[in-house]
Amino acid sequence: MTANLPFLLSALVAVWATFMVVTRAVAIHALLYLVVALLALACVFDVLGAPFAAILEVIVYAGAIMVLFVFVVMMLNLGRPDSLRENTWIAPRIWIGPGLLAALLLAALADALVMAAPGGGRIAVIDTRQVGLALYGPYVLMVELASFLLLAGLVSAFRIGRHIRDEDAP
Amino acid sequence: MTPPPLVVIAATLVVLLGLATMLTWVERRLLGLWQDRYGPNRVGPGGLFQAVADGIKILFKQDWIPPFADRPVFVLAPAIGMMTVLLAFGVIPVTALWSIAGDLNVGLLFVFATMGLGVYSVVLAGWASNSKYALLGGMRAAAQMISYEVFMGLSTLGVVMTTGSFSLRDIVQAQAGLWFVIPQCLGFVVFLMAGIAETHRLPFDLPEGENELGAGFHTEYSGMKFGMFFLSEYAGIVLVSALVTTLYLGGWQGPVLPPALWFAAKTGALVCLFILLRAALPRPRYDQLMALGWKILLPLSLLNIVATGAVLLLRAPG
Repeated sequence: MTANLPFLLSALVAVWATFMVVTRAVAIHALLYLVVALLALACVFDVLGAPFAAILEVIVYAGAIMVLFVFVVMMLNLGRPDSLRENTWIAPRIWIGPGLLAALLLAALADALVMAAPGGGRIAVIDTRQVGLALYGPYVLMVELASFLLLAGLVSAFRIGRHIRDEDAP
Repeated sequence: MTPPPLVVIAATLVVLLGLATMLTWVERRLLGLWQDRYGPNRVGPGGLFQAVADGIKILFKQDWIPPFADRPVFVLAPAIGMMTVLLAFGVIPVTALWSIAGDLNVGLLFVFATMGLGVYSVVLAGWASNSKYALLGGMRAAAQMISYEVFMGLSTLGVVMTTGSFSLRDIVQAQAGLWFVIPQCLGFVVFLMAGIAETHRLPFDLPEGENELGAGFHTEYSGMKFGMFFLSEYAGIVLVSALVTTLYLGGWQGPVLPPALWFAAKTGALVCLFILLRAALPRPRYDQLMALGWKILLPLSLLNIVATGAVLLLRAPG
């Protein structure tokens, strides 16, 4: 039980922070809780023996993607009036469908947790070298596909972000 | 003999915070020297106690939170800055035995992770202050730090490929014969520039460029909260210097002198280089800064990776 304490603590923080993400009215506060949730998830990964995945979670999600989210929200500069206006949008008619679907998923998750064999304790640590070998061995096709996707994103960002010269303007 | 971890942690904290405080004085004296004037020389021998006087002054100043600010985030921002910098020191190997986290096998990545989180301090300070100058400073910081993190990570890949490990201790030990600054000179230059941009120091201090943004992201901060931004900036300089020492200058290795002294000497010399850069170079425009990053540093660091890979393949047995 004591060996599981770090795992339980970080899992608890993750769940609590995720709950706070959904219930915050100020967008930046919600994003900050999301960052906390991602950090807690990184701790969970590390406890489960995947330090590389944990560090990538922090670098990529918490350190880069969420900063861009915060950046965008900062530029929009939402204030109290916007929150009030948004409150009127959230009628039961809107959230009841997603709510039901989420409840279904929660039931499936609970079922999986109950049915799972109570193993645990035997955790194999996967280090960076093993991850690299797996990525460029059996999963090399996936890496290539992901790079296609990123290249497409890069090209479209370049197209959108380029300076429009006078002769190009409509 | 390995010292007990709590002793190492306490010693690191005391040394770091003391060092960051003293650096404010060192910087002003050195700037004075290079700009042909005295700098602070009244308090104590050679002005040595100037940092203490500043500390006392800043502690007794009114700690004012603007009524239009977002209180919790406003208070949180400087703490994040200090915390992430101090966390990164946990994996820096001062000697083969002297490091808090021991031999973390993702050590270098851990440093990048904490640096990535450090961006929040500046960005959130800019947002929470709820004023135009601070917001502009925060936005500049976000774009600048995210971009330069990319080149910083890419420039160290050559070192990682040569060593075959992310562990900082392995990286230092791999430099027993030849410091990486020679074979990885390209990566060294890119890393140094990215490091300056990452700590938003002059000449890359556009998030706080005082001639156009007041004081940038910390315009609304006063008292010890401002002091924390200040100290975490200086701790950041020490961190980047220690990282450059570890990655490119052979870490604790050197003849005759004890290893810890070598580490301190190399880091100290780099800190002085940081201050010299401030004294010598003017600040570029913001678009020049971003163009330098994406049009020069990115291709250079990619070239470095390709060249390192080619050399490693040629040297590989069989």
